[in-house]
Amino acid sequence: MQATKIHRSRGDKIYYGICYAVVLLMTLAVLYPLVYIVSASFSSASAVNKGKVWLWPVDFSTYSYQYLLSYKTVWIGYANTLFYTVFGTAINVFVTMLCAYPLARKGLVGRGPITFLFTFTMLFNAGMIPNYILMRDLGLLNTRWALLLPGALSAYNMIVARTFLQNTIPEALLEASKLDGCTDIQYLWHVVLPLSKAVIAVITMYYAVGHWNSYFNAFLYLSERSLYPLQIFLRQILVESSFDTSDITDPDMLAQLQGLQELLKYSVIVVASAPLLCVYPFVQKYFVKGVMIGSVKG
Amino acid sequence: MNNRKWARMRADWQLYLLLLLPLAYVLVFHYAPMPSVQIAFRKYTSRDGIWGSAWVGLKYFKQFFASYQCAQVISNTLILSAGMILISFPIPIVFALMMNSFGAQRVKKVTQTIVTMPHFISVVVLVGMMNQIFHSRVGAYGVLMYALTGAYPENLFASPGNFRVMYIASGIWQSFGWGSIIYLAALSGVSPDLHESAQIDGASRFQRVLHVDLPCILPTIIIMLILRMGSVMSIGFEKVYLMQNSLNLSASEVISTYVYKVGLDASGSTNFSYSTAIGLFNSVINLAMVTTVNAIAGRLGETSLW
Repeated sequence: MQATKIHRSRGDKIYYGICYAVVLLMTLAVLYPLVYIVSASFSSASAVNKGKVWLWPVDFSTYSYQYLLSYKTVWIGYANTLFYTVFGTAINVFVTMLCAYPLARKGLVGRGPITFLFTFTMLFNAGMIPNYILMRDLGLLNTRWALLLPGALSAYNMIVARTFLQNTIPEALLEASKLDGCTDIQYLWHVVLPLSKAVIAVITMYYAVGHWNSYFNAFLYLSERSLYPLQIFLRQILVESSFDTSDITDPDMLAQLQGLQELLKYSVIVVASAPLLCVYPFVQKYFVKGVMIGSVKG
Repeated sequence: MNNRKWARMRADWQLYLLLLLPLAYVLVFHYAPMPSVQIAFRKYTSRDGIWGSAWVGLKYFKQFFASYQCAQVISNTLILSAGMILISFPIPIVFALMMNSFGAQRVKKVTQTIVTMPHFISVVVLVGMMNQIFHSRVGAYGVLMYALTGAYPENLFASPGNFRVMYIASGIWQSFGWGSIIYLAALSGVSPDLHESAQIDGASRFQRVLHVDLPCILPTIIIMLILRMGSVMSIGFEKVYLMQNSLNLSASEVISTYVYKVGLDASGSTNFSYSTAIGLFNSVINLAMVTTVNAIAGRLGETSLW
C-alpha cells in the first residue's frame, strides 16, 4: 500500500516535471524572438551589422529610434494607420451593432433568411477581380474609403454580438420597456447598448487589431503614397529591404541610412507592434471572452 | 396567418429600419460583385464591360487545367494547408492539457498572456521578423551557426523546401497560444468530481489527463478539426505572398497568389477573365468543403456554422 502510493506520486512528479518543462520551453520559444528584436533595436548599428546581438542589447543605444523619429515616411504611415483604425473601427462597431440587435430579436419576421444573407458572405466571396472591378466602378480606388468601407461589417463579429445579445439580455426587459411605451430604437439606445458594453469592447478590439495589422486592401486598392497605412511601408522596409528616401531632405540623414538599415528594421518592427502588444495584457480578458462567445454558436 | 405576419412586421418597422444600412452594405460590397464572376466565362475587355464581352464558355477553365501551373499551384496549396492542419492542429491541445495541470493561477495567466501575444503581430511584421532572425549573416540564426560551425549558413529563404518548413513553423509560433484558449475554456468546464473519483480509484495525474480531461474536450477537438478541414483549399494570400521570392516559387506559388499575379500584377498583360476563372474554381471548392464539413459537424450535434 505504502509502496504503491510513493510510486504513484513519483509518476505524478515526472508528469508534472515534463509539463513544466514543455510549457516553459514553448513559452521561451515564443518569447525569444520578441526579446531578440527589442534587444537588437536598442543596440548599436555596428553591433547589429556584425551580428553580435543574440539576446541582450550590445552597446546599448537608442540611436535608431532617434533616427526613426525624423524618418518621415514611417510617420505618414503611422498617421494613416491611426486614421484608418479609429474611423474604420467606429464604422465597424456602429454597423455591427445596428445589424446584431434586430437579428437577436426572436420574433422578427424574416430573421433566418436575413441572417443567412450575412453569414453566406463568410462562405463565398466573389473573388479578387470582381471586388477590384466593383471598387473601380464605385470610384473608390485610391481613396481612404477603400480601406474603410469594404470590410465595414464582419459577419463573424456580427454573430458574436448577436449571440451575446440573445444570451445575456433577458426578454422580460423588452416586455417591461414596451409596457412603459419604449420604442425599439429607444430600447436599443437606453437598454441594450448600456448592457452590452462587454461585447462592444470585444468587437471593438477585434476590429481595431484587424485595421492596425491589415495590408491586403491597401495593397490592392491604393497606389497613392500619401494614403498608405503603416503596413505597406513596413512591407517595403522589411520584405523588400527598400527604404523610401523621398522624404529625407537632410543629406547627413541620407548618408547615414546605408549603415543603419539593418538596425532600423528592428526598431521599425518595435514601433509598429508595440502599441498592440503593450495594451493587450490589460484587455486580454475581452479577447478571451470573444473566443468563448464565438465558440458557443457561430 | 399572413395578416398576423404583416401586423408583426409593421409593429417591428423600426427594427427593419435599423437593418437598412447593414443590408445596403452587404448588398453593395458582397453581392453586387457576384454577377461579375460571369467574366470567367467571357473574354473580358474593359471596352465591352462585364455584360457586353463575348462569351467563351469554359475556355479559361480549360486553359487553367491544361497549364503547367495548374498542378503546381493546386498541390502547393494543398501541401501547405494540409501540412499546417496536420502539424499545427494537435499542438494547442497538448499545450492546453499540460497547462491545465498547473495549480498556480498566476503562472497560468502569465503564460497565457505570453503565448497569445504573437497573434497580434501583423503578417508583414512576422515575415520581417523571420527575415531578420534567420538572416544568414546578421540574424540570430546566422550568428549561432557561425559560432557552431565556423561558417555562415546558406540563405534559408532561397530553397523551396525551407519555405514550407518556415511557413508552417511560423504559423505554429504565431497561433498555437491563441488556439489553446478554446481548449483551456473547455477544460475549465470539466467537473472536479470526475477528477476526484478518478483519484480515489488510484488514477495518476497523467491517467486523469487521458481518461478524464481528453474525453471531456473531445467534442470541441472534433468540431475544431472539422472546421479546419473546411479551409483546406484556402491558403491566405498575405503571408505566402510576402514570403515568396523567385528562388522558392516552385513551392510558394499557391492559388491565391497566382490569381493575383494573373489578374492584377502581370505588368501590362493582366487577364481579368482568366484570373476570375481560377478564383471562382477555388471559391466553389471552398464553398463545397465548408458546406460538407458543416453538415458533418451539424450531424454530430454539437455545433455548426449556421
